[in-house]
Amino acid sequence: MIDIEQLTKIYNVHRKEVVGVDHVSLSIQSGEIFGIIGHSGAGKSTLLRCINLLERPTSGRIIVDDTDITALSGAALREARLKIGMIFQQFCLIRSKTVFENIAFALRAAGKTKTEIETRVHELLEMVGLLDKRDAYPSQLSGGQKQRVGIARALANNPTVLLCDEATSALDPATTSSILQLLKQINRELGITIVVITHEMEVIKEICDRVAVMQNGRIVEIGRVYDLFTQPQQPLTRSFVEHVLRLDVPERLLQARTGTLVRILFQGPAAEQAILSDTLQTFRVRGNILHGKIEYINDTPLGVLLLELSGDEQEVERAIRYMAERTKGVEVIDRAA
Amino acid sequence: MPLETLAPELLKAFWDTLYMVGISLLAAVIAGLPLGVLLFVTDRGLFWENKPLQTILGFLINIVRSIPFIILLVALLPLTKLLVGTTIGPTAAAVSLSVAATPFFARIVETALREVDKGVIEAATAVGATPWMIIKDVLLSDALPGIIHGLTITAISLIGYSAMAGIVGGGGVGDLAIRFGYYRYDNTVMITTIIILLCLVQVVQFVGDSIARWIDKR
Repeated sequence: MIDIEQLTKIYNVHRKEVVGVDHVSLSIQSGEIFGIIGHSGAGKSTLLRCINLLERPTSGRIIVDDTDITALSGAALREARLKIGMIFQQFCLIRSKTVFENIAFALRAAGKTKTEIETRVHELLEMVGLLDKRDAYPSQLSGGQKQRVGIARALANNPTVLLCDEATSALDPATTSSILQLLKQINRELGITIVVITHEMEVIKEICDRVAVMQNGRIVEIGRVYDLFTQPQQPLTRSFVEHVLRLDVPERLLQARTGTLVRILFQGPAAEQAILSDTLQTFRVRGNILHGKIEYINDTPLGVLLLELSGDEQEVERAIRYMAERTKGVEVIDRAA
Repeated sequence: MPLETLAPELLKAFWDTLYMVGISLLAAVIAGLPLGVLLFVTDRGLFWENKPLQTILGFLINIVRSIPFIILLVALLPLTKLLVGTTIGPTAAAVSLSVAATPFFARIVETALREVDKGVIEAATAVGATPWMIIKDVLLSDALPGIIHGLTITAISLIGYSAMAGIVGGGGVGDLAIRFGYYRYDNTVMITTIIILLCLVQVVQFVGDSIARWIDKR
C-alpha cells in the first residue's frame, strides 16, 4: 500500500519557484493498478518520481508498505528502493551491457551471489519472453524488447510496487498493447501494485482499476476507471474520456440529417439489453444509427451510439425520455431542423 | 648528419618519447580519471552533488591548464627534483608532462561522462545501486568509447608537448628535431624526425579509434 500525504514539490527554476506537485494526498491499495493521467506539466511524473525519491518532495510524506520513504537516505533508502521497481519511457538500459548484465545489475545492487543471479535472470527472461536475447546489446533490440528488459530489471528483486513512467509512450500501438498485457499479467500473477502515469486514456482504459486525473499539480478527480468513463465530473476528465469514446461522423451525413441527433451511453447491464429495439417498437419514431461502438473497461461493456430519431416531435421527446430512464446517458446533440 | 650516426640517435630519441608519453599518459589515467569522475558526480542533480567542491576542483584544473607548458616545465623543477631526484632527462620531463596531462584528461573524462544518458543513471539509482556501482557499471562503462577517444587526444597532445622537454634535457624525437634540424639547419634530421612523429601520431590515432569502435555497443 502506498500512502501519499500532503505531498508538495516546489522547484527553483531560474530563481523562480515553480510548484510541481501541490498538496496531493492519495492512497493506493495493495495489488491494484492505479493510473495517474494528465497533460505534460501536470505534475504526474514528479509525483511518481517522489514515490521512490528520485525527487525529494519539498514537504509531505510517502509511506510504502509501512515505511516512511521520505525519512530515508543512504543505505536505508537503497534498501527500500530494491522493493520499488520502476520502468521508463526511454527504457534507460545500460548501452554497453548485454540484456543479462543489465538485469544482473539490479541483482548485484541487492548483493546476490553469482549463482543466484544466473537463476533469477533466467526466470525473469522467461517471464518477459526474451530468453533468446540474453546476450544481445540494447541497440540490437526493438523498443518493445527493450521495455521487456526494463520490466525484468524492475522486477528482479521481487518488488511490491512497480512504477511506470509513461512506459508505453515511445511504443507503437501493437507493442503498447503487448506491454500492457504483460503488466496486467504481472499484476495478477505476482500481486504487485502498479502505478502507471500516462497522458493516454487508452492506457488507463486498458489496465487500470482506479485513476486520478491531475492538473496543475493537483488531483482534480479520482475514482474507478469505469465511473470516470461514464460520469466524468471535471471538464479535463471529460476531454480525456471523449478522446476514447469520440464518434466521428462524416460531415456529409450530418448535413443530410433531418431528425434529432442523440448520443446514447449504455452502461454495464444496459449495454447488454435490447433497449434500442424496445424504444423503436414502443414509439412511433424511426431510428437511424449513424455510429456506434462498445468499449470494454475492466471487462464491463460501455456502449456509445449516435442515433438519428425522426417522426412526430412529441413522440421523439417521449422516446428520448424512455431511453434516458433506462440508460442514464442520453445526450441530445442537435434537435430536428 | 650522416644516416649511420643519426640512426642510433633517432632510436634512442624514439624510445625516450614513448617513455615520457607513456608515463604521463599513465599518470593522466591514474589521477585524471578519478578527477574527471569527481567533477561530474559533484555536479547539480547527481548523487554526490557538491557545488563548492566542484568549483574549487574546476578552478585548480583551470589554473594548471592556463599555464603554458614551457613555463610549467621550468616552474615544476623543484617538484621534479623532489620526486625523482634530478631535473634532467626523460624521467624528469615526464613529471611535468604528467602534471600537464592530468587536468587535460580530467576535463575530457568529464565531457565524456556528460554524454551518458541521465535517464540511465536514474534507472540505476532507482534500482538501489550504490554510487560506486553507478560509477563503475553505468558511467565508466557507457562513456568508455568517449574516454578512449579522449585518451587518444591526450596521447597526441603529449607527443607534441614532449618536444619541449628538450629544455630540461628530456630528449625524445621532438627534441632531436629542434636541436639538429632547427638549430643546425640539418634538413635530413628535420624531415626524418617529422616523418617519425607523423607515423607515431597516425598509429596512436588509428589504435585509439579502433579500440573505441570495438568497445562501442551503440
